[in-house]
Amino acid sequence: MSNATLEAVSPSLQPQPGAPDNWRRFFSFSTDHKVIGIQYIVTAFIFFLFGGLLAMVMRGELITPEADLVDRTVYNGLFTMHGTIMLFMWTFPMLNGLANYLVPLQIGARDMAFPRLNAAAFWMVPVFGVILTLSFFVPGGPSQSGWWAYPPVSLQNPTGNLINGQSLWLLAVALSGVSSIMGAVNIVTTIFRMRAPGMGWFKMPAFCWTVLSAQMIQLVGLPALTAGAVTLLLDLTVGTSFFNPELGGDPVLYQHFFWFYSHPAVYVIILPIFGVFSEIFPVYARKPLFGYRVVAVSSLIITGLSLIVWVHHMFASGTPGWMRMLFMFTTMAISVPTGIKVFAWVATIWGGKLRLNTAMLFALGGLSTFLFAGITGIMLASAPFDIHVNNTYFVVGHFHYVINGAVVMGFYAAIYHWFPKMTGRMYYEGLGKLHCALTFIGINLIFLPMHPLGLMGMPRRVASYDPEFAFWNVLASLGGFLLGVSTLPFILNMLSSWAQGKQAPDNPWRAIGLEWLVSSPPPHENFEQLPIVVSAPYGYGSDEPLVANDPAHKPTHDLTEGVSP
Amino acid sequence: MNRRTIGVLVGLAIADLLASLWIGQQAYTWMPPQASAESVLVDNLFSFMTTLGSFIFLGVMGTLLYAILFQRAAKYDASDGPNIEGNVKLEVVWTTIPILLVIWIATVSYQTYDRMSILGPMEPLPMGMATAEAAPTDRAASVTSPPIQVFARQWAWEFHYPEAGVRSTELHLPVNQRAQLVLSSEDVLHGFFVPAFRVKQDVVPGREINFEFTPIREGRYRLRDSEYSGTYFAANQTNVVVESSEDYQDWLAMAAARSPFPAENVAFEAFNQTDASAIGLGWKTVEPAPAPLVNFASSEEDTYE
Ligand code: HEM
Ligand SMILES: [Cu+2]
Repeated sequence: MSNATLEAVSPSLQPQPGAPDNWRRFFSFSTDHKVIGIQYIVTAFIFFLFGGLLAMVMRGELITPEADLVDRTVYNGLFTMHGTIMLFMWTFPMLNGLANYLVPLQIGARDMAFPRLNAAAFWMVPVFGVILTLSFFVPGGPSQSGWWAYPPVSLQNPTGNLINGQSLWLLAVALSGVSSIMGAVNIVTTIFRMRAPGMGWFKMPAFCWTVLSAQMIQLVGLPALTAGAVTLLLDLTVGTSFFNPELGGDPVLYQHFFWFYSHPAVYVIILPIFGVFSEIFPVYARKPLFGYRVVAVSSLIITGLSLIVWVHHMFASGTPGWMRMLFMFTTMAISVPTGIKVFAWVATIWGGKLRLNTAMLFALGGLSTFLFAGITGIMLASAPFDIHVNNTYFVVGHFHYVINGAVVMGFYAAIYHWFPKMTGRMYYEGLGKLHCALTFIGINLIFLPMHPLGLMGMPRRVASYDPEFAFWNVLASLGGFLLGVSTLPFILNMLSSWAQGKQAPDNPWRAIGLEWLVSSPPPHENFEQLPIVVSAPYGYGSDEPLVANDPAHKPTHDLTEGVSP
Repeated sequence: MNRRTIGVLVGLAIADLLASLWIGQQAYTWMPPQASAESVLVDNLFSFMTTLGSFIFLGVMGTLLYAILFQRAAKYDASDGPNIEGNVKLEVVWTTIPILLVIWIATVSYQTYDRMSILGPMEPLPMGMATAEAAPTDRAASVTSPPIQVFARQWAWEFHYPEAGVRSTELHLPVNQRAQLVLSSEDVLHGFFVPAFRVKQDVVPGREINFEFTPIREGRYRLRDSEYSGTYFAANQTNVVVESSEDYQDWLAMAAARSPFPAENVAFEAFNQTDASAIGLGWKTVEPAPAPLVNFASSEEDTYE
């Protein structure tokens, strides 16, 4: 096993991360995985705020039944770009940021397998981010066909221009796919090839298991999405007829392409957050992760099953009855490994010695919203019920409970938990708890009302609606504005803590894990000597050491020699 | 575990069960009126899933809340909790129970879908076997024959009754008869959705989709486009009227006697207004099809349930 990165990078050319005065490194083509991780997270968060702003305009429109705040075309552009930005510019880059920062530290590597590929994958993000943003300013406005871009609506091009919102959108999505594939190759290789001596599969932290499972989905699924996007782009620009019914194409075929990737994509999103939960609960409950091996392996089972459930997004589409029933059963099956994880976290927390720091509170909030979303998810898996609520606000409620509930709260939990490691500073608990309370209330206030709305029959993607839906929509809009406000204490906390927070010790939470054995922030190349791992990752309540050496200091004799194969 | 703990646990489980059964009953009130045979089936299924879901949600959240309230570390207690790494028996239990639960849910769902048979019977049934239960027993005699043609377009609904020679933007159906529709679209995807019937089907351009259900309650209900169809998607709605067989026949005769006129159409009118006002705060849109020429038109002024 090679200890250095698989690609040779001359260390002297690299700005030294960890040097607090060296903020310029965040604007450079740095190949340090920690710099890239933070670059991803900060870039993604800026787009999160942008996507959130679009959502607040939408909630402003929806606070009254009539389409009165913005034109209908503008509303349609808003929800399309909101969904697109939140997925491709926020969620995926944010998760790549967490994986980039944490995986090498947690597996005891000095960097990713391919540092330059890593940097290139990151720098594509601002490129397609700019393309998406510019599409607001082309004639005809940005894409208005929803984040699914279903043809034939996505092929209708009212301006007749070659460069239009939809073609820019497809270009950006294709680039995002390429960037994600580059990231996935890198992360999977890193986890396979660069684990520290002694770190067998069942000594690897659960977060790395989930990242591995998620990135393997990317490798299998993204080619389908990219193929779908490219063929649709051809239909749109050069008039091929893959999906255009007027020319004999089949619009339902596109839906299969799209969901074959985009269902697994939801697991690409949630799996690393499962990993975050599995890391955080043991630390703040002071107990080992309950059933660690089962939790680890269930991620891989989810990966496998996630590839055979996509038609549950098409229960009301042009699909025959037998297909609906078949995919109903596979979808039901995928909730079993998911349920196992939830029970394992509860058992981890149960009987522990809980410390309700901001990170723990966010993780608990994320777990509870996930539980709710999992239950509505199983309801949606039931085809005859889904036929009623498909394409209504019930579905919107379901997936926002997962993505804005579990994923965003899980992200915040991760940021608070690893903030001292990333920056070398402590954050302010009071502001953190305020942030947590506002977020949790905001999320429930905006997304809970969407469930009764969907049951009553309010379709999603509407700029106007019948007056009987007004009551719940007003509540949801108020929740939306509250959620917008809730980001302020977070931003304030992060900026001021990073600038002048208390100096963080190496391991402020007394957590077990390789990343906590090195200084905060970790030095360039992380470990003075590669750790020799001798225990499973969650030894709370036992005295067994995690490693056989002190990875933060140079050895007197190089212990790793002769250990690595 | 001593007897007392077991007693408390059983008591809590019963309380959870009672609360869930109550919530499951509430589920019916979250739905629109039950205006079709299918809606009865779907609501029963939803109530069943709500009961199960509530049982799990309350059970898990109760456990978590108890831990959060009563299992906190004392302020200066830096010690760890017990080193429990797992428990095979428990893990087998909480794998088996969810497997059984989802098999149960899937089976009930399968039966429900089979009875609805909204796309017609799922498998071609051998002669003499009972057809879908939701369909009235004397199926062949009581269908609306021939099927009603449903045309969806950007952005209007049009219903064509071929035998009576009627075109309408309001869908009229006789109560307690199997309604048979043929859905087709002239431009993009649309969705045929009547919340009070709990049925929905995407309308796919280039295909004709046979769709059926059984209205069981007289009244006027909302029909909505459920598959995003572009600029005026939200306005692409109309009404369904379910009426007695006699009223239905009278309506057909009355409508057939009228000569066609352009129907009220929200999209077309709104488009012409914005076009005339020229403030141009929107982007260029696909032009709506002209208001359909019909013998009978629905009105946005009409009330519905
Ligand atoms: C217990 C596990 C889950 C089940 C059984 C489940 C089931 C479903 C089903 C059947 C739908 C389609 C509903 C419809 O369009 O009519 C759906 C939609 C969705 N789910 Fe889940 N889900 C689960 C968990 C998740 C997770 C973990 C995520 C993600 C992070 C997620 C994200 C989504 C999204 C984004 C959509 C909607 C996509 C769209 O229509 O734009 N779900 N879910
Ligand atoms: Cu899915």
